[in-house]
Amino acid sequence: MSDTPTPPEPENVESPEKSKRKVAIFGRNFSVGALAAWIGLFALLALLAVGMLRNQEGPVTVGETVPDFTLTTFEGEQISLADLKDKVVVLNFWASWCKPCEEEAADLETAWRIYEPGGEVVFLGVDYVDTETEAQIYLEKFDITYPNGPDLRTKISQAFRIRGVPETYIIDKNGKLAAFKISPFLSLAEIQGMIDPLLAVQN
Amino acid sequence: MMINRRSFFIIYVILVLISLTGILLPLDGALAQEISPSGPTDDEVNAIAKQLYCPVCENIPLDVCPTQACTQWRELIREKLTEGWKEDEIKNYFVAQYGDRVLAAPPARGLNWLVYIIPPLAIVGGGYILYRALKAWKQVPPVSEEESQSFAEQDDEYAARIEEELRRR
Amino acid sequence: MVANLGYGALVITFLISIYGIGAAYYGARNNKHAWVSSARNAMLLTFPLVSVSALCIIYLLVTNAYQVDYVASVTSNSMPLYLKVTALWGGQPGSLIFWSWLLAAFASAVTLRKWKRDQEFLPWVIIVSLVTLAFFLALSIFFENPFVRLWQTASGGIVTAMLQPSNSIPFIPADGSGLNPLLRHPGMIIHPPMLYLGFVSFVIPYAFAIAALVTGRTDDRWIRITRRWTLVAWLFLSLGLILGGRWAYDVLGWGGYWGWDPVEIAAFMPWLTGTAFLHSVMIQEKRGMLKHWNMILIILTYELVIFGTFLTRSGVLSSVHAFAQSAIGPAFFVFMGLTFVVSLSLLLRRWNDLKAKTQMTSLFSREALFLLNNFLFIGILIVCFWGVIFPLISEIFTGQKVTVGPQFYERATAPLFAGLLLLMGVAPLAAWRYSSMKTLGRAIWKPFIFSLVVVGVVLFSGIRNWAAVLGFWLCAFVAAVTLYEFWRGARARHRRSGESLPVALWHLAGRNRRRYGGYIIHLGVVLMAIGIIGIEVFQTETQGTISQGEQITLGEYTVAFNSLSVFDTADGRNVARAVMAVSKDGQYVGELYPRRDYYYESQQPMTIPGVRSTWEDDFYILLIDWQPISTAGATFKIYHNPLVNWLWLGGFVFILGTLVAAWPDRDPERVKVKTSSAQYAAAKA
Repeated sequence: MSDTPTPPEPENVESPEKSKRKVAIFGRNFSVGALAAWIGLFALLALLAVGMLRNQEGPVTVGETVPDFTLTTFEGEQISLADLKDKVVVLNFWASWCKPCEEEAADLETAWRIYEPGGEVVFLGVDYVDTETEAQIYLEKFDITYPNGPDLRTKISQAFRIRGVPETYIIDKNGKLAAFKISPFLSLAEIQGMIDPLLAVQN
Repeated sequence: MMINRRSFFIIYVILVLISLTGILLPLDGALAQEISPSGPTDDEVNAIAKQLYCPVCENIPLDVCPTQACTQWRELIREKLTEGWKEDEIKNYFVAQYGDRVLAAPPARGLNWLVYIIPPLAIVGGGYILYRALKAWKQVPPVSEEESQSFAEQDDEYAARIEEELRRR
Repeated sequence: MVANLGYGALVITFLISIYGIGAAYYGARNNKHAWVSSARNAMLLTFPLVSVSALCIIYLLVTNAYQVDYVASVTSNSMPLYLKVTALWGGQPGSLIFWSWLLAAFASAVTLRKWKRDQEFLPWVIIVSLVTLAFFLALSIFFENPFVRLWQTASGGIVTAMLQPSNSIPFIPADGSGLNPLLRHPGMIIHPPMLYLGFVSFVIPYAFAIAALVTGRTDDRWIRITRRWTLVAWLFLSLGLILGGRWAYDVLGWGGYWGWDPVEIAAFMPWLTGTAFLHSVMIQEKRGMLKHWNMILIILTYELVIFGTFLTRSGVLSSVHAFAQSAIGPAFFVFMGLTFVVSLSLLLRRWNDLKAKTQMTSLFSREALFLLNNFLFIGILIVCFWGVIFPLISEIFTGQKVTVGPQFYERATAPLFAGLLLLMGVAPLAAWRYSSMKTLGRAIWKPFIFSLVVVGVVLFSGIRNWAAVLGFWLCAFVAAVTLYEFWRGARARHRRSGESLPVALWHLAGRNRRRYGGYIIHLGVVLMAIGIIGIEVFQTETQGTISQGEQITLGEYTVAFNSLSVFDTADGRNVARAVMAVSKDGQYVGELYPRRDYYYESQQPMTIPGVRSTWEDDFYILLIDWQPISTAGATFKIYHNPLVNWLWLGGFVFILGTLVAAWPDRDPERVKVKTSSAQYAAAKA
């Protein structure tokens, strides 16, 4: 597959007796070299097509079942999405080097404190490509109390196909994506506006 | 002529082998480093950062990437060095934290072996095909030694050759 | 108004191209010459029409017509006039138009040549050129229209559209966001056009190759017609790559000239196949061999041009941060797939017609060595291609992204490059057809001895790095062989014609400019290799944070931090500029001013190095960081880059040699008369 751009190299120097090697496909004769050239070309095109389709795929869409993931928090606790069925999950991607993230940090924490007593909503913070030292300073600065953890091997962000930080995904009680926000929340009301309808559905 | 063909083949094999050395040699150019007592210097940090890539600035090595995320990463390397970590430990830590792509070259395991195997295979394969083709091509015995003798050395011959080549342009 | 005119011109050109393709096809298939003539006229019409469109964009850019989205995104009030003009290729939509413009110009120029002997090629050359042109025009018209304007709707939102949406008013921003500061360097202003010129002019030899395949006229006529086009294409591509390296060195601030970035490799791959092609066509011309291989190479070159453009513009290789938002990626993919399939089927259909009549007579002949040269170029291509494509494979099959960095490419290609250098030394001494170990040995021993002397000198100077010694030996060997070839040729002519040596050299080179231009290119490569060995093997660097008055030492250099000032400029930059005093071996040699420019408009910083450049080495300082308030302490990164200037000198010689080789011939008849009269005069004397 590697040498796809040069598969025909063998033929250019093919000796007469070699070119007699033929393969019959659908009643037509193909020389081995020509067959290899076609296979190489289509393998390359297929590869590019798959790569491009992946690339053109947008983020997870609303209504879609969200990919499962496990977040290891800074405290070492393992939180898996599968364990959070029957809860609304607010999944926030952030980083300490991200200025816009700071705009929403306080609002997110306030919202968490509103919903925490009800026990119906879980907030999770995923720290994208960041260092733990800086992340801890950030968490302390905004007094964030909901569970946060690093995005190990960037697996979670890749699963959600995020474009950058901050991005927030709100997952309903059935594990489906209910809403998402690319860019920081501008107010507490905006966050509540996304979560409240999900609680109303069930109750 | 047989001798010549054999020696050509030898030159040829040598060329292919040279081409392979680069790929087959281990990619690990790491230098053993002593950490100075006053904490790691910028150069010690950069020596490791040079071998890492941060996902925030693509294709720019960490030691020269100007973004804030990368500055923080360099600080992290400094912290780890201060704690007495070795270069390999730091690199492994980065891989565990941020994935394989932080390394300048894919770690040689699993599918990644292909990245190291395919180019030499392609080159050897191509070389073999070329050699076979040259051999098959050269069916007619070339001019005898005496004849080729007459083609060499003399400047007039040389000039004639150039002139002939010019004419055939 | 102007925007509508420009867009209209585009649409009309597109329709005319489609007509031209149809007319040429019908005319060729049914032998109706009138239709082919009509297609030819259509081809000639495209250039003025695309020119109208391009000039419209330039007019809009120069007059700050910010209602046009493209203008607002690449220019701003504070930009000087020349940058506004060059902003034509500062963004995707504009650069696509620029591509089309160049292609229309080249294709029209080739249409104007005398076709008498090659009438059967004409319709197919027109078809290939127009299909390529129509594709690029379609991209501009349907996906990346540079003429879309900004409108404010009743609800206050801003939308982009070609035509005014109902209930909306034109929206005109007060200022644009300005050209990306990275693109404001003189190298970057001419680097993209050179690359585009190179890419575009490779369309012409490809078009002739396809014409030869379709018509079945598969002798070397197509190669002879396009020989100069290929050289011109190669000239521009080489120039583009060299300028790109220079730009990276001056602007990107990492002390290097080539980072094996996928974008760079995308431009490098067609250069590799193009270079292989330039060598292997000579075998077909001289010996009638390798017809298949030449077809394969020119098809690959064309496809790699499209593939490279696809890679860099579709975002297929970029990370999560750059989703490809437009449909341009799939469009490129479909076009590449179609042209590849068509080219391959044509080639396979004509496979048996392309069989060589002659045979390889010696394994030491020039043609055999050229074949080896092609093998090495293709080897480098495979390494590059594989390195670029592997992250994609890894992500598809394992879900893990990986980086294939410079180490991989350097290690895998360095031996291949060394092999090429060696061949560069041996091949010019081998004769076509008949050459044996013996004859070759007789020609080679003098330059070989000379190169050993150079190795002795290198070792004596204390260099022990085996790669560098090997590299310098190869450089010396190639240089000796090449200069020896000039000398032998001049001496032979001097003896025959009685001309003085310099005159003989001049006439010799003048009569076979391709050969001697090629040798000059080889000398350029040697000089570049010296520079590359210097920076790759002997580069040293250090970084330190110092306060004013303190020093950093690197090798024999010492640099003192004198002062740092931070100020705003009239053209919207915030500049932090350090004054550094440099001394070498304790001797003061001058001041350097590394700086960091922050562009307010685009919120982008630029690191401009302070460089002291000599033939021996470059001393290169980067300002990495500084304390904002006190400006007392700052962090500097310092590189010592030995011999790097030879790289740029080599690039210059390289281009000069290509110019010599590609310069148009005088009328062949006149040349003949002149030389024969010269010979006559010489004989009389």
